[in-house]
Amino acid sequence: MTFNAPHIDYAGISPIMALTAGIVAALMGGVLSGRHQRAVVSALSLTTLAAAAGLCIWQWGAREDLVAGALRLDELGLAGGLIAIFAAAFVIPLSWREPAAERPGEEPRHGEFQALLLSSVLGMVLLAQAQNLMSFFVSLELLSVPLYVLCGSAVRRSESLESGLKYLIVGSLGSATLLYGLAFIYGGSGSTDFTGIRDAVGSGLTDDPLVLIGIALAATGLAFKISIAPFHQWTPDVYQGAPTPVTAFMAVATKAAAFCVFVRFFEVALGPAVDNWQPALAVLAAVSIAVGNIGALGQSSLKRLLGYSGVAQAGYMLIGLVAASETGVNALVFYLAAYALMNLAAFAVIVVRERESGYGDDIQAIAGLGRDRPALAWPLTISMLALAGLPATAGFMGKLFLIEAAVDADYTWLGVAIAIGTMISLAYYLRVVAAVWMRPAAEPLPPEGTGVPAMAGGSPEADGLLAASGETVTAPKGTRCIVILASAAIAAGATIFFGILPSPLVDWASNAGQALAPFLS
Amino acid sequence: MIQLLLWLPVGVGLLCFIAPRRAVPALASIGSLVVLARAIVAVAEFHAGQPGLQQTVDESWIPDLGVRYQLGVDGISIFLVLLTALLWAGATIFSAFRVPDRARVYFFMLGLGETAAVGAFIAQDLLLFVLFFDLMLVPFWFLIGTFGGGNRIAATTKMIVYTLVGSLLMLVAAIATAILASDQIGHLTFSMADLRANTLGTGSQYWIFCFFAAAFLIKMPAVLVHGWLPDAYRAAPLPVLALLSGVLSKVGAYGFLRVALPLFPQATVHFQEVILVIGLGSILYGSVMAFTQTNVRLIAGYSSIAQLGFITIGIFSLRADGADGSVLQMVNHGLVVAGIFLIVALLAERAGSEELDRLGGLAMRAPVLAAIFLIVTLATLAMPGSANFVGEFYILIGVFQAKIVFAFVAAIGVMLAAYYAIRLFQRTMHGRKPDGITSREIGLRDALVVAPLAACIVGLALYPGLILGRSDAAVKDKIAATARAVQPTPSAGRFLDAFVPHSGTKASIAAPYPASNGFGARHVRGQP
Repeated sequence: MTFNAPHIDYAGISPIMALTAGIVAALMGGVLSGRHQRAVVSALSLTTLAAAAGLCIWQWGAREDLVAGALRLDELGLAGGLIAIFAAAFVIPLSWREPAAERPGEEPRHGEFQALLLSSVLGMVLLAQAQNLMSFFVSLELLSVPLYVLCGSAVRRSESLESGLKYLIVGSLGSATLLYGLAFIYGGSGSTDFTGIRDAVGSGLTDDPLVLIGIALAATGLAFKISIAPFHQWTPDVYQGAPTPVTAFMAVATKAAAFCVFVRFFEVALGPAVDNWQPALAVLAAVSIAVGNIGALGQSSLKRLLGYSGVAQAGYMLIGLVAASETGVNALVFYLAAYALMNLAAFAVIVVRERESGYGDDIQAIAGLGRDRPALAWPLTISMLALAGLPATAGFMGKLFLIEAAVDADYTWLGVAIAIGTMISLAYYLRVVAAVWMRPAAEPLPPEGTGVPAMAGGSPEADGLLAASGETVTAPKGTRCIVILASAAIAAGATIFFGILPSPLVDWASNAGQALAPFLS
Repeated sequence: MIQLLLWLPVGVGLLCFIAPRRAVPALASIGSLVVLARAIVAVAEFHAGQPGLQQTVDESWIPDLGVRYQLGVDGISIFLVLLTALLWAGATIFSAFRVPDRARVYFFMLGLGETAAVGAFIAQDLLLFVLFFDLMLVPFWFLIGTFGGGNRIAATTKMIVYTLVGSLLMLVAAIATAILASDQIGHLTFSMADLRANTLGTGSQYWIFCFFAAAFLIKMPAVLVHGWLPDAYRAAPLPVLALLSGVLSKVGAYGFLRVALPLFPQATVHFQEVILVIGLGSILYGSVMAFTQTNVRLIAGYSSIAQLGFITIGIFSLRADGADGSVLQMVNHGLVVAGIFLIVALLAERAGSEELDRLGGLAMRAPVLAAIFLIVTLATLAMPGSANFVGEFYILIGVFQAKIVFAFVAAIGVMLAAYYAIRLFQRTMHGRKPDGITSREIGLRDALVVAPLAACIVGLALYPGLILGRSDAAVKDKIAATARAVQPTPSAGRFLDAFVPHSGTKASIAAPYPASNGFGARHVRGQP
């Protein structure tokens, strides 16, 4: 009996291997004590992410099946992975002084924090490439589980713990729904492979009840993950409660990876049944645009506001999928990249102001920034104007491509829905900009974080000791975080750059569409 | 290079951020003057009598969408560009004498606004036009919201939401136009020239026209969609208001001529009467409101609605005379209304109020200011001898030819204009001077800004042919597009008999206007 070792395409899975090695390295770095930990662990993580990004770029252009067809190496997957990697690299500096990773008087937890972050990135890179029901679900869980932990990682804040728990419960519900749907699809088609499902569905199963139920449940499960209304209720709460860097990462990277698999699953595996899911998703997109934009109107917490805005933006992006065309995929990938830039700039500013102002993420925290801190005011302004889709920003270009895809696919009414949603959204995006430029700065409050609140899994004795020592634990104050300012400036600058000269990003995104072109009408 | 005109303002605005704080106003003023000089050169280089584009730029921009970076001027836009540069120079220098707090942001936003306005006037790609059209909102939102008075944030947000309702629908419509036309053309393109050569079927044209018309009417604003105007006009700083009313409102009217008529000719003819009714409504409503208001800004604001009503009906007479008059009137109104708002700023500095009740007798010690204001007022009411008279006269001729009933109603508006303009002048400059008001002569620095505007008004009154002679060819070209769309029908009335049914050649299209040619020619030679 001969044993044939399976062929392993090491080049193809090299980004995945790099990330896996990085997780281990970052976790090991976490054993270092005190001051060095942050520098060492961050250096390891950032090197890992840079290596993974470099390997993704190296593999750019390859189109082949990996790991016996479980993964598909193509530009769509790599694009989703690159966005996730970029978001993680962006978020690491934001997390440096976060209570989630470091608090005076406690051991720093950068090792755990960044290892979890990298695990989630690994899940995203895998998810964006998944083309098998198994790898699809496993990588989705690999993405989600570290995020549940990260959301609850600011263990001294009850909001953070609540957010972690909420996300865990709702996320698990979403996963379960998705899994149920995948089971139905497997039951109907008899295959776990996306191309196998496509062949089965294409040969007369488009109206098969099993497959239809599967499609509905799978769409619901994915809608949970990317917070499409009406499956978005967790979004504002979790966004608000989670540590802000985690929120930023979650908002940007999860959407990118989940949308990539959404596209691949629906347009490759379920492509033949397009007539069945297209109208349903179109309605979901419209509902999401309406609910997200209206929900954001009354928010005074910036993170909740961005949460609702994320629901609306997910609705816009879903239109790229609804179009079920190469143009649609291009538009979606372009918008995902633009969305990452816009949101990260905003979250970077929120992180800084959360630490400085004492107002947390309330809109008061950014009042009067235009006069006092132009370096923070401009990135936030550009980000808000871009999210609102005003011209000369990447957000405008993204909306332009989405509207074009919608009109091209005979869904002009969805184009109009984007326009109407944008009008409503102006009311709250401009409220933020108005607070920055047109309102006087709010009276400074003492920063939050004094005292020692409850902690999940903590020891009451240690808390008692800390409290008895009379030492008040204060959040690090008023540091002018050059790195964060620079990152925000880069993201905002890129938003403007791609708004004026979109061609590089368009070309990049259009590779993703070409990769799927054989499956699209 | 026409691009200098487009990019210099925002470039200077960016320079303001790195310039020393005290040099910012001077830098911005010099920048605006250079732009003005460049605009004058562009007018000088312009060849009259050609209907097509001149000084064009054509580069690839977003190849995947078929969007090109196409710029150019024709007889309609060249003077609007000049008007933009002139008013911006005036407003910038006027502001430079009263440097606002946070001058860098202020002058940057002014520069960005000028870039956007010039861009909207010279863009020859439909999407580029929409982009600049929308971009104009951003700096004005900042300028009003940050530097305005009163309830500025609510007012400016109301303005931007109103205008973006139109603009975003216009964006959808523009994309739909290109995609629908790509079936005929074979590839996706937003170039107005290509789209014009391949107009859509009437069904698509109708709804697309409605979206575009909504954007343009809101921008003007026309009656029914003018809800943002009172609040925004009350809140805006006066130099900014001069630009808002003087330039931005023209972009809406210009859009009709540039986009709606050539690209959607059948729809234009179909909706002609609807727009005419809206235009008439604007004239009557604006005039009536203007003489019931007591706030000086709102008098000028509502008079703008009325004036833009005139411009609208001139365009939608779909006669060369009417549209010629509209182009002239756009420039006239820009000069006049900017003059009024700058003078109002001076009056408010003297009286500390913008309410008619608290103004009066300001002419006593300020004969020069009074004289300038009188020139502007007389131009506003279209006194015979002023360029506004020529403009309104042409517009009425056009409307008389097209729809005689509308012309009779519109003529009432001319009379009403006399009433509110004279009232504005009398109540501020004459009468008994309330206590606590100082009547001061206009300062030399302010005179440097306001007097050239008045000089331009007088100059145009003497020689309206400067504009008419250059715009006529381009206007006829636009009107001809709609003329071709009309098939004479018995119900269309006797005025349509003049039209030659579609026969293709330029000569036969120009032929239906013997009367107008004669008229135009006389004025072009400079004898109003």
